[in-house]
Amino acid sequence: MTAPSTPAVSLVNFEDDAPAPQHAGKDSRPLRFITCGSVDDGKSTLIGRLLWDTKAVKEDQAAALSRDSTGKQNDLGLPDFALLLDGLQAEREQGITIDVAYRYFSTDKRAFIVADTPGHVQYTRNMATGASTADLAVLLVDARTGLLEQTRRHATIAALMGIRQFVLAVNKIDLTDYDEAGYHKIARDFRELALTLGVNNVVSIPVSALKGENIVLSAKASMPWYDGPTLVEVLERATQRGGQSTGFRLSVQRVSRPGEGFRGYQGTVSGGSIKPGDSVVVLPSGVEANVKQIVTFDLIRNAAVSGDAITLVLDRPVDIARGDMIVALDQRPQTGTAFSARLVALSPDAIEPGKRYWLKAGSRRQRVTVTPTQNLDLNSGKWQPATTLPLNAIGTADLDFDEAAIFDAYETNRQTGAFILIDPDTNNTVAGGMIQGRRKSSDGLARDGADKVTVTIPAHLLEAFRASDFARDHAGEIRISADEDE
Amino acid sequence: MTSTPHIVEHGRGRPPLDPHLKALENEAIHIFREVAAEFERPVMLYSIGKDSSVLLHLARKAFHPGKIPFPLLHVDTTWKFAEMIEFRDRIAQEYDLDLHVHTNPRGREENITPFTHGSARYTDIMKTEALRQALDAGKYDAAFGGARRDEEASRAKERIYSFRTPDHRWDPRNQRPELWSIYNGMIRPGESVRAFPLSNWTEVDIWRYIEAEEIPLVPLYYAAKRKFVERDGMLMMAEDERFEPLPGETIQEDFIRFRTLGCWPLTGAIRSRASNLTEVIDELEIATVSERQGRAIDRDQSGSMEKKKREGYF
Ligand SMILES: Nc1nc2c(ncn2[C@@H]2O[C@H](COP(=O)(O)OP(=O)(O)O)[C@@H](O)[C@H]2O)c(=O)[nH]1
Repeated sequence: MTAPSTPAVSLVNFEDDAPAPQHAGKDSRPLRFITCGSVDDGKSTLIGRLLWDTKAVKEDQAAALSRDSTGKQNDLGLPDFALLLDGLQAEREQGITIDVAYRYFSTDKRAFIVADTPGHVQYTRNMATGASTADLAVLLVDARTGLLEQTRRHATIAALMGIRQFVLAVNKIDLTDYDEAGYHKIARDFRELALTLGVNNVVSIPVSALKGENIVLSAKASMPWYDGPTLVEVLERATQRGGQSTGFRLSVQRVSRPGEGFRGYQGTVSGGSIKPGDSVVVLPSGVEANVKQIVTFDLIRNAAVSGDAITLVLDRPVDIARGDMIVALDQRPQTGTAFSARLVALSPDAIEPGKRYWLKAGSRRQRVTVTPTQNLDLNSGKWQPATTLPLNAIGTADLDFDEAAIFDAYETNRQTGAFILIDPDTNNTVAGGMIQGRRKSSDGLARDGADKVTVTIPAHLLEAFRASDFARDHAGEIRISADEDE
Repeated sequence: MTSTPHIVEHGRGRPPLDPHLKALENEAIHIFREVAAEFERPVMLYSIGKDSSVLLHLARKAFHPGKIPFPLLHVDTTWKFAEMIEFRDRIAQEYDLDLHVHTNPRGREENITPFTHGSARYTDIMKTEALRQALDAGKYDAAFGGARRDEEASRAKERIYSFRTPDHRWDPRNQRPELWSIYNGMIRPGESVRAFPLSNWTEVDIWRYIEAEEIPLVPLYYAAKRKFVERDGMLMMAEDERFEPLPGETIQEDFIRFRTLGCWPLTGAIRSRASNLTEVIDELEIATVSERQGRAIDRDQSGSMEKKKREGYF
């Protein structure tokens, strides 16, 4: 069960006669989404259209567009939207977008942040970056050609990065004479594809980005057979990515000690909720305490939820440093020194077996040895054994830490389950990672972070193992634990 | 799973922020704390404008109940509006800020002005070069700025941590990918980052936040009767004795205000009657012209902002 993202907020001291806010606020957080499509499917036109029809493009920007435009205007007298979007000179000269750009627009109901990622060059790297923060993916296809290999790849990457809502925009529908049957076939194919990726929240929409049909305005006249929502309506209704089905999590960013009397732990709640009196445990130390106060600038709060940047005061002196995690006593994350994870390789230097990297997750940075194990073939959708992960590869890898690491599975928490790898030689971010879970290493040993090694044994073999020579010889070095899963 | 608590806030004399602004505020505070914890010598660039005012407010929130753990830096070109300087000094005193002011000494010696040297060269020396001098002198390894991605096309791809070489250059092709809200703050000696906590804010967000949080602003943002001339399609305020009308120009007096603030010879005003925050926002929500239009610097040629950034302009 996931907590709603917008808690009811009320104010105790707020006088009734205080002036009401003049400008109605947005009643939800901005929706972040990503757009993906192959070159020439009309992605720039679609985003341009969204910005244009929601009036996010201002007059002078439009004027600059027609000044820059190399006569490349369309017959509707609209500006060349691609020019609006291609922000960097170098890209303009080459006529390609090479990176992730963020665009902003809003309707009366909601604000939106679009991660605009290029269709071809380095698409995996850029798409993964854009998708990491997205709640939803808009996939574009050309109504004349239907699904392409690229569509499968884009959908696969989006699903791997944890996106659980897809919108398929079947674009250039005007060029098919608004062919209803053709549209339905594409929509059916796509639903099937999405299901194979575990995504069942799928909406398909026939659109003409160029003419602005079913983007912001509906197009009953040209498509009387379509009575579904426009793209913007779907976006307005989309849910924020929950995925925070864990207990309370706070990765400590800094310890605030402005004076003798005060010691507060500053960070952003990345799971669950917290209120004064709640019992927490500090990881990795394992020390327990209770929450005394939640401090923010204007007020003392009685509670905080996922997403809130807060300062936490505990009821007893505890040794806590940046990088530690304060978590719910009864719903703890996984700790250990061996994990398995999915990786997206972002750097021209491949992820090499046995190489040591910096891993940063939340505010915690630690050394890790990475051993790639599998590589995903995006064409076939099959996982294959691998020992290195070149640029743009998606793979799995074993992570082995010197000291205890603290994670949730990415499936259950997209914040405490995510990390980046930093190459200590170049300081570059070379991979994004998603935790799958704790791992028992191949020798059956899972280092506990302390000096002892935990040996996990299937429950039914426990007695036999305890009696073995191995257990007797290593009695001082090992901790025996039963594996109930078997 | 525990159910969502009913949040009660004690002591705030204002309605709570709406979820949209709250999310933006949370993100900015997170970035402030992360940079302050990871870098040795951060600094916050303070330009006195509305974005800087929001940035400063967020910094105070981020480190409360402690003080802001880094200095503020203002690059003074000597051509700022007098009201800006008064405001800056008042705020610095009121909030007990560690404010550093730097002016390029070469500019003073060579008497560089926007009128005599052209806006491009003037900006290069009095802003870009001055900023580099100040950052080098302070050995700052991280500098907070108030830039937003919606401001200008080349900023749409800007990272939240924007990596700079030892000579402060920005290479658009060599920026680190940023995933989730995990920031890579690892740099070598001499290298630095510019950090942009307001990346995801739009101009309307800034104004609505100022309203909701009652953040004080330089009065030039509100319409009043002021003296100005029309020059090259720009309304230039006749700010001080250094202003000289060109032949044929007449000084007018009417209600004008500014959407952005900078050096007065380069910052265009707009005709407006919006004399308070509510009216400014109302005007903005129907505005059809983007806020940078008033700035001479952007219009020199398309792509000029990108060029300036590569050279180290903020
Ligand atoms: N007829 C028609 N043409 C479109 C539509 N959407 C885009 N186009 C055209 O398709 C071409 C490629 O579009 P563009 O947005 O640059 O594609 P991108 O490479 O995916 O960004 C341009 O010439 C557009 O004008 C549409 O809905 N109908």
